[in-house]
Amino acid sequence: MIIAEKKPIEEVIEMVKDFRKILIVGCNECVTVCEAGGKREVAVLASSLRMYFMNQGKDTQIDEVTLERQCDREYLEEIRNRIEQYDVVISLACGVGVQFLAETYSRFPVYPGVNTCFMGVTEERGVWSERCQGCGQCILGSTGGICPISRCAKRLLNGPCGGSTKGKCEISKDLDCAWQLIIDRLKELDRLDEYEQIAPIKDWSTERAGGPRRVVREDVRQ
Amino acid sequence: MRLQYPSNIKIVSVPCTGKIDLIYLLKSFEKGADGVYVLGCIEGECRFGTGNLRARKRVMQAQKILDSIGIGGDRVQMYNLSSSEGPRFAEFAAEMTNKIRELGPNPIKRFREKLAA
Repeated sequence: MIIAEKKPIEEVIEMVKDFRKILIVGCNECVTVCEAGGKREVAVLASSLRMYFMNQGKDTQIDEVTLERQCDREYLEEIRNRIEQYDVVISLACGVGVQFLAETYSRFPVYPGVNTCFMGVTEERGVWSERCQGCGQCILGSTGGICPISRCAKRLLNGPCGGSTKGKCEISKDLDCAWQLIIDRLKELDRLDEYEQIAPIKDWSTERAGGPRRVVREDVRQ
Repeated sequence: MRLQYPSNIKIVSVPCTGKIDLIYLLKSFEKGADGVYVLGCIEGECRFGTGNLRARKRVMQAQKILDSIGIGGDRVQMYNLSSSEGPRFAEFAAEMTNKIRELGPNPIKRFREKLAA
């Protein structure tokens, strides 16, 4: 899922302090799971902003809604009839949702309420870590299911660098060396011979380096 | 014991302090409470394991938010005691009441009064 973090309340206040009718829009998908932009976080932000404005002596209307997703038009349509009442929208979705909301309702200023971080997993409640960088050419089949693109600081393709010490990466003692993990996993799978095979030069054009990307599937397109 | 404690305190019972969500604390202030304190069991003695530890974290989250929006984080506190400590209950009630008296009323009440006038 996409991992995001709540923006500090001060930053949100700075963005919307001059508006009088505010709609806070949450998202029921990834940001709900990582506790950054779901229904509960929408309620907390709305309550905090209401109190802030009341303390400032300003009569500001703050309403809440949480959509199933903000990255699909059909769910964004659910607020078409009510969005007219507001001066500004704060979206607690990831950067994808914020942009799609802003694109769908281009007449309204849309501000982000979270910082979108990465695609990752929940290691335990309150701890999330990166697992995929969406490079567009998955090599997990040859690396024992561990991604050196997202988990190696240098994105190496053919084994660890000289900075790998006792299974840890040189950039942090808390960070596992991805290649150590790969070697251990291949050993466990009795597939260590695959480690000896040299990986060809990766085509990075499918990654972000190739510019903004798009997937078009004519077989399902309408 | 027939202990006396300040009569301005409203008690909201919950099955475990782990039930107390951050939004409950914030809504209390939004509706005009001058202070809120959470009374949980002694740490390490939660019947459900970590209910009171979760409550403490939520109280800390509320303190941070209330500080950020100018209401004052000191208005929300967490205390721990066991169910047999009646005198401690009265002590915490008096301590919190004195603290809130020093801090004064919830500042958003002024706004509510202005709107009502």
